Amino acid sequence: MYGLQMVRGLLVTLKNLRRKPFTVQYPEERLPQHPRFRGEEFVWYEERCTGCASCAKYCPLGIIKIVTSPSGAALPQGEKYKLEVFDIDISRCMFCGLCVEACPYDALFMGSGFEQSRYSRLGLVIPVKQLREAEKRPSTWFRPQLEGTAYNPHQGQPLDWKQVGRESWRWHQREKAGMRLAPDSEGDEKSPQPPFAKGGLDGSSTGGAP
Amino acid sequence: MPFRTEPMTVNIGPQHPSTHGVFRLRVTFDGEVITEVEPVFGYLHRGTEKLAEERNYVQVVTLTDRLDYVSSMTNNQAYCIAVEKLLGVTPPLRAKYLRTLVAELQRIASHLIGVGFFLQELGTFGGTPLMYCFRSRERILDLFEMLCGARITVSYLRPGGVFSDAPADFWPALDAFMQVFPGELAELEQLVLENEILMVRTRGVSPLPLDVAVNCSVSGPVLRASGLAWDWRKEDPYDAYDQVRFEVPVGTNGDNYDRLWVRMQEVHQSLSIVRQCVAQIEPGPVRLDLPLVLRAEAGVEAYGRIESPRGELGFYLVSDGGISPYRCKIRSPSLLNLTVTEHLLVGWKLADMIVSLGSVDINMGEVDR
Repeated sequence: MYGLQMVRGLLVTLKNLRRKPFTVQYPEERLPQHPRFRGEEFVWYEERCTGCASCAKYCPLGIIKIVTSPSGAALPQGEKYKLEVFDIDISRCMFCGLCVEACPYDALFMGSGFEQSRYSRLGLVIPVKQLREAEKRPSTWFRPQLEGTAYNPHQGQPLDWKQVGRESWRWHQREKAGMRLAPDSEGDEKSPQPPFAKGGLDGSSTGGAP
Repeated sequence: MPFRTEPMTVNIGPQHPSTHGVFRLRVTFDGEVITEVEPVFGYLHRGTEKLAEERNYVQVVTLTDRLDYVSSMTNNQAYCIAVEKLLGVTPPLRAKYLRTLVAELQRIASHLIGVGFFLQELGTFGGTPLMYCFRSRERILDLFEMLCGARITVSYLRPGGVFSDAPADFWPALDAFMQVFPGELAELEQLVLENEILMVRTRGVSPLPLDVAVNCSVSGPVLRASGLAWDWRKEDPYDAYDQVRFEVPVGTNGDNYDRLWVRMQEVHQSLSIVRQCVAQIEPGPVRLDLPLVLRAEAGVEAYGRIESPRGELGFYLVSDGGISPYRCKIRSPSLLNLTVTEHLLVGWKLADMIVSLGSVDINMGEVDR
């Protein structure tokens, strides 16, 4: 009764014999990660950080610990706070990225790796020293200024603090020049590109227009 | 006098490879036949509703990811719609389309899991059909990683839109997926729906009459398999569902085969919706300019509901004017679909038990919350 079906089933087997496997042998073979990947090795730029603790307040789990003290150095813009503690307890982190979203100065970024394993929970607390010395390969999550460039966290050079900010972003420059409400005179709206090729920059910026 | 054996009570679970998550079934058998069923759940209770009362409106989005962990996008969507109703705002049109698009992709991924595990529970050797499903789902998760940097716990949607527009390389990748996936789906369908052994195992097994389904507030594919075309995407269109055309597949008998068939047909409809979204989407803002810490007026209540892959998923929010919801009640479809377990299982044999349970496609993360 099931004879024909058996033959058809075996034909599927035969067909699959010629196919390449869809799986990968993980430690040797790796799939490419996308630049927005929200990874573990948080990237923090001390030069950009003001110690406002927006990230710590916005973290749903409260795992970022920040302690600051007045540095005493009287800068012309005002006093800069010195960061004494900036610990991220990634053993409890769920990598939602809300800390990155909350950071107003582009000082904190998600990392791009996922292979942190330690023998103790204490080892999973990233201390400020490690954040200072780590190689800076930030993920482009919630940072559209990095997406416009050809930057890929998995290739090329690490970025320094001057390269990652919003000030290099052309929308930001227009905003600074008071051109926030003006439509793009370059004719972006009428460009022959398909409508979806414009990317996130346009959307998030015009969304901010009152 | 008919021959009766001693009734025997068997515990399936709470840690059992064939249950969906941490779930326990206390079943009483008379020989091979099930005479009594008692589902016991609550092992995965994490107190999401209570946790939501201590977090602000945007932070709760990350909690909703963990409810129904095979369809995070639709959980985000239901919650964001509830918050938008609470605040009285409407997201921009492009955000609505993006939400519809990712929700349909998530529906495909979730139904693939449902179908795959259903076949696994039928005893398909070595999980071959399951791997067929996972192969296609993997491509969808790749698209999600491109969009929002995570595959399962996405947190992509925000009250007032989505967190950011899709990157430029997302659209070619989606195109490639839409080229490849129909072929894979046809292969899976040919393997599954035309399979004689599968038909013998599932046709006429555990039928759910429509009146029982309606009385038990069952929703989603389980209800539609019983013969009622009830879909919140049609009845109360949210996001961009009033802009796209699709059909609601309806079964006739409400048996295991119909539930499987309805899911497979819904995947086809979802593909068509994704195609229409890609064709209709236009550039524009994707997020309202709302503050990071949202505040609703005191005393406002809102109920946001969507058609999640498992049924009607609703969030009932009450505001007291603070930065977090005063009360957050989650109406989870899996929990209400579990109420028909007894109707499905009693009178059927041991071998059909897990199959029928799998055909309901419950998710314990959502049942226990």
